[in-house]
Amino acid sequence: MIRFLLKGILRDRGRSLFPLLVVTAGVFLTVAFYGYILGMMNNMIRSNANLRHGHVKVMTRAYAQDIAQVPNELALTGVAALSDELRTSYPDLDWVARIPFGGLLDVPDDEGETRIQAPVAGLAVDLRTSGGPEPGLLGLAKILVRGRMPRVPGELLMSDELARKLGLDIGGKATLITTTMAGSLAMANFTVAGTIRFGIRAMDRTGLIADLADLRRALDMDDAAGEVLGLFKDGIYRSDRAAAVLRSFEGRYAGRQGEFLPAMQTLAEQPGMDIIIGRMRYATSAIVFIFLLAMSLVMWNAGLVGTLRRYGEFGLRLAIGEAKGHVYRTMLAESLLIGVLGSTAGTVLGLSLSWYLQVHGIDVSSIMKNITFLMDTVLHSKITPLSFVIGFIPGLLASLIGTAIAGRTIYKRQTARLFKELES
Amino acid sequence: MNRFALLIGAIAAFAAAASAQVPTADAILDRVDRNAVPGSKILVSEMTIHGRRESRTVKSKSWIEGEDKAFTEYLDPPRERGIKMLKLGDRLWTYSPDTDRAIAISGHMLRQSVMGSDLSYEDMMADHKLREAYDARVAGEETLGDRPCWVLELTSRSGEIAYPSRKTWVDKGRFIVIKEERYAKSGRLLKTLEVRSVEFVQNRWLPKEVLFRDVLKEGQGTEFRILSIEFDAPISDALFSKASLRK
Repeated sequence: MIRFLLKGILRDRGRSLFPLLVVTAGVFLTVAFYGYILGMMNNMIRSNANLRHGHVKVMTRAYAQDIAQVPNELALTGVAALSDELRTSYPDLDWVARIPFGGLLDVPDDEGETRIQAPVAGLAVDLRTSGGPEPGLLGLAKILVRGRMPRVPGELLMSDELARKLGLDIGGKATLITTTMAGSLAMANFTVAGTIRFGIRAMDRTGLIADLADLRRALDMDDAAGEVLGLFKDGIYRSDRAAAVLRSFEGRYAGRQGEFLPAMQTLAEQPGMDIIIGRMRYATSAIVFIFLLAMSLVMWNAGLVGTLRRYGEFGLRLAIGEAKGHVYRTMLAESLLIGVLGSTAGTVLGLSLSWYLQVHGIDVSSIMKNITFLMDTVLHSKITPLSFVIGFIPGLLASLIGTAIAGRTIYKRQTARLFKELES
Repeated sequence: MNRFALLIGAIAAFAAAASAQVPTADAILDRVDRNAVPGSKILVSEMTIHGRRESRTVKSKSWIEGEDKAFTEYLDPPRERGIKMLKLGDRLWTYSPDTDRAIAISGHMLRQSVMGSDLSYEDMMADHKLREAYDARVAGEETLGDRPCWVLELTSRSGEIAYPSRKTWVDKGRFIVIKEERYAKSGRLLKTLEVRSVEFVQNRWLPKEVLFRDVLKEGQGTEFRILSIEFDAPISDALFSKASLRK
C-alpha cells in the first residue's frame, strides 16, 4: 500500500508536487531561520566577547568585585606567566591581555596650554605585535574612518565623533590624564593615528583604543593588566565548555586566600551580559515560535488546499465503489508520506545552508560599505540538536492535520449525488 | 524679693565664671588658625601610602605663602620625581616632566587622590582658616591619650566646601587639631585625621606625623610626616608662576 502510494506521489506530480514543495520550503525556511537567529545571537555575543567580555575573563578577585569601576590598582600582575599558563592549560582558547581605562583627555593649543578637555573611556590592547589577534578580534580595519592603524609608540585610535568634538585631526596631539596602578596621577602624550566608529553610543562619545605597551608604561603597569580574556578559537561561545574551563581554573586556587589571586568569570556571569543573554534567549524563543506558527499554518493550509483540489478524484473513487474510510486513510497515508519526504528534504536543505553559514559565513561587507561600526559583517548560523527536529515535526504534523480536517468532507459526500456532481 | 534677686545674681555670677573657663568655639578656632597658617613656610615631607597591594613612600618639598600660594615638587620615588604642582588661589596646575605639560586640575579631578594617597587635591587646596569657613560650637571635652581636648562641631558657612561638617578635637594646651572627622553633606563620614606626634618649632606647635584615612577606600591610610620645616622663610614670588613649573 505504501509502495503504491509512494509511486502515486512520485509519478503523479500534478497532485503531489505542490504540497511536497510547500512542506519542503516551509521546513527549509524554519530550519534555516532558526539557525540564522541562533547565529545572529552568537554574532552579538561574539561582538560583546571580542570587545569587552571574552568568553571567559581572568582578573583578580578584588578587581572582579569592583569590575564596574575598572579598578586598575587591583589589576593582575605577572601577566606574561599567567598567559603562558592559560595557553598551555586551555589551548582551545586565545588569551589576550587588556587594560580598560578612564581619564581625561587634554588637548593643547599652540602655546601648550589646555584648549579643551573631555572625559574618555579607553581600552588598551596589543595593537603592534605583528600577526597578533587583537586588530582582527576588534575588526579595527573595518571600523576605521580616517587615518591608519597605530604603528609606532604613542599612537592611538580615537572615536571619530570624539576627535571632531575635540577638533583633533590625524596627527593631532593630546595628553591623557589618568591614574597609575599605584593611584598616582599619570600623564601621557598621544598622537591620533586614526579615527574609528564603534557604533555604540557611549563608546562613540568617549572611546579610545591605545596600544597595551603604551598604557603599561603610562600607568606603571609593567607585566600587569586589568583583564586577560579567553576566546574560543572558532569564535563561538559555548556555555558548557566555558563553565568547564571555569571549574578547572578555579579548582587551582580553591582554598587559597588572597584578594589578588586570579579569578575567572564566564561571559554569561559578567555584569550586564547575564541579563542580555537571558533576554536574547527569551526574544529568540518568541521569534522562532511565531515563525514556526506561521509556517505551520502555511503547511496546514497546503494540506487543506491539496485535499480540496482533489474533490473530483475522491468523488470518482467513491462512485466506483471505494469505501469512504479507505479513501480517507489513503489520503492520510499520502499526506504522511509527503510530510516525511518534504520534511526530510527541507531539513536536509536547511541544515546544509546552516552548516555552510556556520562554517564559512557569508560576507555582506560589500553591501555594507558605508557602515563603519563595530558589527560583524559576516552572517553566521548555528546548528544545535534542536535544528534537526524544529522543522521536521511541524512539517509532518501540519500537513497531516490539514489533510485530516479537509478529508472529513469525504464522509459528507452522498453516493446518490456523485454522478450528478461529476457530470457538472 | 531681695532673696530672689540675690539668687539670680549668684547664678549669673556663677555662669559668668564658668563661661570664662570655657573659651568660645570661635576663640578656639582663632588660636588653631594662628598656629596653622603662618605667613610662609618651606617644608620637606613624605607620605607613606598604605594601599591594598603595597605601601610606598613619596617625598616632596613645598613652598607655601599664606593661604593662596603653594608650589610642590616631588623628589622621590624616581617615577614621581620632577612632578610639580602649583596652587594660585583656587586654581591648581600639575606638571609632569614626561609630557612637558602643565595641566589645570579642576572640577571632579580635584576629588581625585594625590599620588594614590588618602588625600585629594581638594584636601591639598584647602588651606583656609577654619574660623572663616565654619560656624563652630563646643560639643564637649575629651582626653585623647594624655591630652585634654575641646571637641568642636563645625558646620560650613557656604556650600562650596569639600567637607560641609567636621568634628574636631583640639588640644587644650597647644591649640592644634589632633583628631578630626570630616563629613559629607549627607552626614556620611568621608575622612579621618589622627595626629601621631607633634613638634614645637619656632614658637608653634605643629603636627609632625598625621594619619589620614579616606574611609571610603580600603587600605590602612596615608601617613604624612614633616621631615623639616622653616617658617617665615623668604620665598621668591617668581616661584609661584606657571613658568617655574617647567624649570
